[in-house]
Amino acid sequence: MTSLVLSMMSSGKSPEPAASVHAELLALVAASKDREAFATLFDHFAPRVKSFMMRKGASAEQAEDLVQETMIAVWSKAALYVADRGSVATWVFTIARNLRIDRLRREKPNQFTDLDDYDAPSDEPGQDEALHRLQEDSAVAQALAQIPHEQRELLILSYVEDLPQSEIAARLQIPLGTVKSRMRLAYRRLKKLLETLT
Amino acid sequence: MKITHHLDDATLVAYAAGTLGEAHRVVVAAHAAMCGDCRTAIRAAERVGGMLLEDQDASAVSDTCRAATLASLDGVTRAVPRRGKPSGELPLPLASVLGERGLPGVKWKTKAPGIAKADISLSPGARTHLQLLRIAPGKALPDHGHGGGELTLVLKGSYSDHTGRYGAGDVADLDEDIEHAPRVDSDVECICLVATEAPTRFKSIWARLAQPFVGI
Repeated sequence: MTSLVLSMMSSGKSPEPAASVHAELLALVAASKDREAFATLFDHFAPRVKSFMMRKGASAEQAEDLVQETMIAVWSKAALYVADRGSVATWVFTIARNLRIDRLRREKPNQFTDLDDYDAPSDEPGQDEALHRLQEDSAVAQALAQIPHEQRELLILSYVEDLPQSEIAARLQIPLGTVKSRMRLAYRRLKKLLETLT
Repeated sequence: MKITHHLDDATLVAYAAGTLGEAHRVVVAAHAAMCGDCRTAIRAAERVGGMLLEDQDASAVSDTCRAATLASLDGVTRAVPRRGKPSGELPLPLASVLGERGLPGVKWKTKAPGIAKADISLSPGARTHLQLLRIAPGKALPDHGHGGGELTLVLKGSYSDHTGRYGAGDVADLDEDIEHAPRVDSDVECICLVATEAPTRFKSIWARLAQPFVGI
C-alpha cells in the first residue's frame, strides 16, 4: 500500500466522487430494488470485503460466505442507510464487521484470529488496477499518507488484521499505554484530515 | 441525563475496529445508546474502517458467489426504517443481553451487606466477563486497581472517587494504573454494568469485603 499512497501523494489529483455515486446506487436499490445498481455495488465492494476478511485470517471460502452475507444485508438494509452518518464504504464496513463478529460468536473462539496460519494477499496491485483505483482512493490515501507511519501501522493492525490492543502491544513490544496513546493520536489526526478533505 | 464521563478515544477505535471483547462491546454500545457525543465519535472511528475497506486490494470473487448472491435477493425480507424509539429504561444493547425480564429478572448474589453482583451470560466462546453490581447508598468498595481494559457504566444512582462523580450514563474508562475506592453517594442504590477481561477480576475485592477488619 505504501507505494500506492506515495504515488497518489505526488499525483496531486483531486478525489473522484465515487462515494456519492455509491450513495446514488444504494438509493436506487432502496427505492426500486434496482438489480443493476446492486450488481455495480457488488462488483465494487465484494472483492474488497473478501480481501478484508482474508487479511483477518478467513479462508477464501469463509471470506466468500461473509461477502455473500454482507452483500445480501446491503440489499435488505439499503433503506436504512443514512448518508449523513458516513459513506457507503463505512456502512458496508460496519455491516461486514458485525456479521463477522456474529459468526465468531457462533464458532469456536480463535477461529479467524490465528494470524500465523495465513499469508496476507499481495500489497502490490497490478498497474491497471493501481491506475483504476488511483482517483477514488486518493482522498483516503491522502489522509492515511499524512499520518505518521507508526500510527498508520496501528490502524491497520487494528482495523484490518483484527488485533486487540493488548496483542498489538505484545507484537510490537511496546507498552499497552503507548499503543493506546498512538491510537488516540491517529484517530484525532485522521478525523481532522477527513473533515478538511471531504 | 447529563453525561460527563465519556469513552476513551482508544476504546472508541477498538470498538469501531471490531477488536473489543463481547462484554466491553455491550458496555460501549450501551453507553453510546445514551450518549450522542460518543455515538458521533464512534461514527468517525468507523469512517476509518470504511477508508481501510476502500483501500483494500480487490480479491477476485468467484462467479459462484456472485451468482448465488444475486439469485438469493428475491427471497430476502427487506428491512424498513424503524420509527420512534424503543421504550424501556434500559439501553437497548443491554436489554438485549439481559433477556425478556430485564433488570427485575436478574439473579443477584449478595457479596457483603449492601453489595450484590450478578453475572450476565454471554456467548459460549466469550473471553470477557460482564456483570452487574448493585451497591447501597453510602457503601464503598475497598481501594483497588484496574487490570487492563475495565469498563464501568452507571445505570442508576451515582458514585464518587478521586477521579470524579459518576452518575447514570457516565462511563469509567480508566487507565490500568489508576486505583480507586468508589463510594455510592446517591440516595438510591447504585447499579453499574462492568466489563472485565477475567471473570476473577473482583475475587480479591469480595475476599477483602468478607474480612471484618475492612472498614466500609
